[in-house]
Amino acid sequence: MGIVSRGFRGRRGRPGPELPPGQYLVEDFPVLSAGPTPRIDLDKWEFTITNETGERKSWDWAAFRALPSESPTVDIHCVTKWSKLGTGWEGVSLDTLMEGVETSASFALAESYGGYTTNLPLEDLLDGKAWVAYRFGGEDLEPEHGGPARLLVPHLYFWKSAKWVRGIRLLDSDEPGFWESLGYHNYGDPWREQRYWGD
Amino acid sequence: MARAAVLGRLSWRAAQVRQVRDESATARTLVLEVPSWPGHLPGQHVDVRLTAEDGYSTQRSYSIASAPDGARVELTVERLEDGEVSPYLTDVLQPGDPLELRGPIGGWFVWRPEEPAPTLLTGGGSGVVPLMAMIRTRIARGSGTPMRLIYSTRGPDTLLYHEELQRLGDQDPALRVDLVYTRRAPTGWEGKVGRLGAAQLAALAWPPADRPASFVCGPTSFVEAVANLLIDQGHDPQRIKTERFGPSGS
Repeated sequence: MGIVSRGFRGRRGRPGPELPPGQYLVEDFPVLSAGPTPRIDLDKWEFTITNETGERKSWDWAAFRALPSESPTVDIHCVTKWSKLGTGWEGVSLDTLMEGVETSASFALAESYGGYTTNLPLEDLLDGKAWVAYRFGGEDLEPEHGGPARLLVPHLYFWKSAKWVRGIRLLDSDEPGFWESLGYHNYGDPWREQRYWGD
Repeated sequence: MARAAVLGRLSWRAAQVRQVRDESATARTLVLEVPSWPGHLPGQHVDVRLTAEDGYSTQRSYSIASAPDGARVELTVERLEDGEVSPYLTDVLQPGDPLELRGPIGGWFVWRPEEPAPTLLTGGGSGVVPLMAMIRTRIARGSGTPMRLIYSTRGPDTLLYHEELQRLGDQDPALRVDLVYTRRAPTGWEGKVGRLGAAQLAALAWPPADRPASFVCGPTSFVEAVANLLIDQGHDPQRIKTERFGPSGS
């Protein structure tokens, strides 16, 4: 337990659902991005999975939207401390996208329009744990929230859910992404409060 | 990609409040002494943790307002009406009280004194706080980098650091400060009142040809608007760094 803050009680009388340590509940949907919102033309949009030998599998927007979709309802946790519960999304499971991709890679690096990257173990993208999402709350995903499509990996801090995702590279060895190179935890499990290096 | 920030394990530290200073009706600066503070870069923030007697605790992030100065760290906190943490920091905390924090955090939205490019700082509301740290660091380090601050605020009553900005702007030909009042202007104000628009931004900012380093900080709608205008006016999106304060960043 930390040092007691004289006279601090916090918000009481409304016991909330269980949240990861250090998180608080929000009802709105804050936006956090390191740079401007990129401008993405759907006619030129492409999503590509590249395996460790350089083999590529790509979809344009029409082909991507023709894939079977899922509608996960998940809790999301941002490293800046807010959590939002029961968020509704629509997107394509990474399991669907990875069908037929030959790989023995252990790691993945998600790459976005605008230059953002984030890394995670490949197994964290598989078995129903991750999606490329294009609708939120029944509406097309807004550009400032990562539209036209973003990665959704709700079991890790939300910076792993790369906005404006344009591809995933499969790698034999781990390669830190943008925030992971700038002091943020390499894995980012909210339940273990892995916010920063060394947590 | 920027170099990695200097960060080891970020342990919680027991800071002590040395002084509090009201900056406006709703914002207060906490002057803290943080034992073995490793130093920071302007633009970085800290996590603050409050703990109640029964062990309940909660955390929030606050931008550092001061230039690196030994163990002394200043935070400027804007009180949010229904905030859980900010009203405690602005209304309850007193000199002599301990405050737990860890940091510095964030290696992206930072200005480095060796940055040679002219630097454009655009802040909305309390988004001016990390930009103030950049201005103060530039002065403290004697950097010759020309800087411009465009600071948008609702009115004279919400303006932070007014006297200091005026003094620094008057003294230093390489620093220009322009205020934008969105709702109410002080008496005698000859400029317009309203949101920062395209023509005004183009007139106040460095031209894209100078390839300025841009930092934009404020509420999401402000940051989106300014970053979009800068790109429309020909600025390189890769040279625009942003920090957005979500509405719930209490």
